[in-house]
Amino acid sequence: MSNEMTENLTEAGAEAPESHGNHPTVAFYIWIGVALAVLTGVEVGIFYMDAFEAFEVPLLVTLSTGKLVLVVMYFMHLKMDARVLTWLFLAGAFLAVFMVTALTILYQVLPDLGG
Amino acid sequence: MAHAATTAHPPTNTGISNWKLGFWTFIGSECLFFGTLISTYMVYKGKAVTGPYPSELFDVLHTTMSTTILLFSSLAMVIALHAVQHGKKSRAILFLGLVILMGGGFLYLEGESYLKYIGYGLTITSSTFGSTYFVLTGTHKLHVIIGMIWMAILALQIGRGKITARNAETVEIAGLYWHFVDIIWIVIFTLVYLIQ
Amino acid sequence: MSSVGLETHTAHATSHGEETGLWSWITTVDHKRIAVMYFLTATFFFLVGGVEALLIRIQLLRPENSFITPEMYNQLFTMHGTTMIFLVAMPMAVAFFNFVVPLQIGARDVAFPRLNALSYWIFLFGGLYMNASFIFGAAPNASWTGYATLTSSTYSPGHNVDFWFIGLSILGIASLAGGVNFITTIVNMRAPGMKMMRMPLFTWMTFVTSFLLITAIPVIAVALVFLGFDRVFGTVFFDPTMGGDPVLWQHLFWIFGHPEVYILILPAFGVISDVIPTFSKKPLFGYPIVVYAGILIGFIGWGVWSHHMFTVGLGPIADSFFVAATMIIAIPTGVKIFNWIATMWGGSLRFTTAMLFSVGLVAVFTVGGLSGIMHAAAPIVLQQHDSYFVVAHFHYVIVGGAMMGLWAGLYYWFPKVTGRFLSETLGKWHFWTTMVGLNLTFFPMHFAGMFGMPRRIYTYSAELNVEIYNQLSTVGAFIFGLSALIMIYNIMKSARGGERAGANPWGAPHLEWSIPSPPHHYNFPEVPLVKSREPLWNASEREEILAVTMGEAKEEPVMPNPSYWPILLAASITLAWGLVMTGTWWIIALGALPVLFCVLMWAFEPAFPEGH
Repeated sequence: MSNEMTENLTEAGAEAPESHGNHPTVAFYIWIGVALAVLTGVEVGIFYMDAFEAFEVPLLVTLSTGKLVLVVMYFMHLKMDARVLTWLFLAGAFLAVFMVTALTILYQVLPDLGG
Repeated sequence: MAHAATTAHPPTNTGISNWKLGFWTFIGSECLFFGTLISTYMVYKGKAVTGPYPSELFDVLHTTMSTTILLFSSLAMVIALHAVQHGKKSRAILFLGLVILMGGGFLYLEGESYLKYIGYGLTITSSTFGSTYFVLTGTHKLHVIIGMIWMAILALQIGRGKITARNAETVEIAGLYWHFVDIIWIVIFTLVYLIQ
Repeated sequence: MSSVGLETHTAHATSHGEETGLWSWITTVDHKRIAVMYFLTATFFFLVGGVEALLIRIQLLRPENSFITPEMYNQLFTMHGTTMIFLVAMPMAVAFFNFVVPLQIGARDVAFPRLNALSYWIFLFGGLYMNASFIFGAAPNASWTGYATLTSSTYSPGHNVDFWFIGLSILGIASLAGGVNFITTIVNMRAPGMKMMRMPLFTWMTFVTSFLLITAIPVIAVALVFLGFDRVFGTVFFDPTMGGDPVLWQHLFWIFGHPEVYILILPAFGVISDVIPTFSKKPLFGYPIVVYAGILIGFIGWGVWSHHMFTVGLGPIADSFFVAATMIIAIPTGVKIFNWIATMWGGSLRFTTAMLFSVGLVAVFTVGGLSGIMHAAAPIVLQQHDSYFVVAHFHYVIVGGAMMGLWAGLYYWFPKVTGRFLSETLGKWHFWTTMVGLNLTFFPMHFAGMFGMPRRIYTYSAELNVEIYNQLSTVGAFIFGLSALIMIYNIMKSARGGERAGANPWGAPHLEWSIPSPPHHYNFPEVPLVKSREPLWNASEREEILAVTMGEAKEEPVMPNPSYWPILLAASITLAWGLVMTGTWWIIALGALPVLFCVLMWAFEPAFPEGH
């Protein structure tokens, strides 16, 4: 039976469940936590410094996306988990981002274009 | 195969449990839930016809503090899960306690802001800014409260020896929830507070 | 506390055969029983919604008619739409998801059996709650789309709209839970060898539909929260006097509403993609294309919502985008039509009732699809918006598409559910009265609409010259009503005295036909190994499969415990939501307590007998 099961697993785009030994160490998690705090600090710095005003929005969006990705990949360990979970999350996240973007454009951008 | 057919928890196609898969599906769904709330905030951003306005109220440093606390509660959460998976009972309870404590700290600081804003005359009925801001962040806080209750139950269960390394997935799923609540706040922090 | 529940229930779960009696149905977590309850409840609401439609049609029989009051008319058309979509078409599809999907993929049950029962009870209570409004003479009356500001407390001061937004929120929970359940089931619980690209199309479309449910329902849920807060707590989300934008409601409603359209139609597409190959004795033509087309429809369905809003004045840029997206979505749908036709081409066709309904769908749905393409063009919609032309269009796609597909499924799977055939004679009567009835009802509406008859208005003037079309529609509606009665009579008669059906009475290719009719409560004595897309059409594979699926289980498989917490949790959720109507925050907060209690009891109740 193992053959069929393996066939099935690879087909679903999944890896076998991770043994806990492969999970990152506590020290690694702490580093991620520090990285998140630093990124937050950088964000707040950008908010307060006038020099970045022109690129403020793309910079902030990029940085917070980076934080989000760190949390999802390591704290929620999507990176080490079956790929189908990543697809489920991405599908929902993609539609949500699409929706926020579309409505923001409809209400905040198009009226200024006179469109 | 006969074995697979007669146990209650047959091996799944993906190798991950139904619970975990179902919960990720739910998280995908929650993305849209918060996506709608955030969309509405963005639609009305800068369009309130009566004050007070965000720039008069928001204290970014104060919110940075609550944001950082929530970020570190996520760190405590992964350490708690790590402890459960390695059978370190008291450490798990300690860190789940920290998660609850930091969740409480987040709520305390945010509650302070709420009271300040209300003092300035911002309520859910005062303007589109008030309605969208309070319903968006209020829904997020409701999620934090539910998470804290969940963590408390888990800590009790670990204390009673009902949750061990063998069924650590229970804690893992609660962790997924908690981290998701955290990433929603990452988005809110940027879109609501930093981009004004 | 949990151990008490365990002892009382272990007996049920491990006893041989199935428990019967009312209590066993109330506590059941068996997907097959839940399916039957879904179907019967949806059929009941179909009659309710049908009576509402007939009353509307009587009122419209003559110009300036006064058969029913304008106030009553508003309630009738609102409840007709809400009922037919949320209490008939969706749950009836879910009935088929429930019965068929676990059998098609070779599973013992769905991934979360108690959650499945919860979905059903929430659907039942939510539906009853909304219809209870009739008792108070306060049925929802702001149409199924509930546009702001008509639904505001200023313009709808009564409880009518409260019943609507609360009822819909409750129903949303059922759909959401169902979506999570079926995605998990399909991804995780397939039999060995049942790769995703070997799954029957019905399971595929259930998968896509479930995905649309879990993504679209949250949007309407939040929109309903906004509406509820506006009405109950005085927020200003949709209040233009405070800077709110009523059009935002339209955006949120249709961001949900358009995927919802595909939630209605994709299950029907799935049904006929299984039925047509069976009765053509040919594998589905271009299987991967049909699968990908379904996925594509699901995704593009997310980017077309504003074609419901062309008359709002979003501007040329936005309109152009949504025109293009809408026209594009016609392509995968058209591809499917050609796939079905190509499947039948050169096949040895058997026109059973199930096949007739499937072919009927292809024909009638195409009419609705063509008027749909017309509506993709913004300038045309400017003429047709809010006219009976639109009413004709969406009835063609929902009745001629979704419902015809589900009835095909009824005739197709009834032998599996009951072990008996539905009467083919009555079935053909059902089909032909449906065909005549629905075309006679809805085709003339195109003309009434083109002549300028608006929808949602309780009467029309004689000078509009649409009387003849309305009379035709009314006659058609009664013929259509007759078809529903024939169907119900057929079900009642055949369930007891129908001709006996074997395991695979149609010679169908999929796994659900490899087990006895009706199936054991554990479905598969042993889970078979699947090697192809049409396992039962492959002689050697069929023998291997039947060898394991047709016997009795050597040892009784461990099945999930029955539970009364689903019905109690559903009741407490309905109560808690209902209390929102009081508008008093502490009563609402108190209402949350029973929900919390039931959730905790649920969480600590073992889902499976001890030791598993």
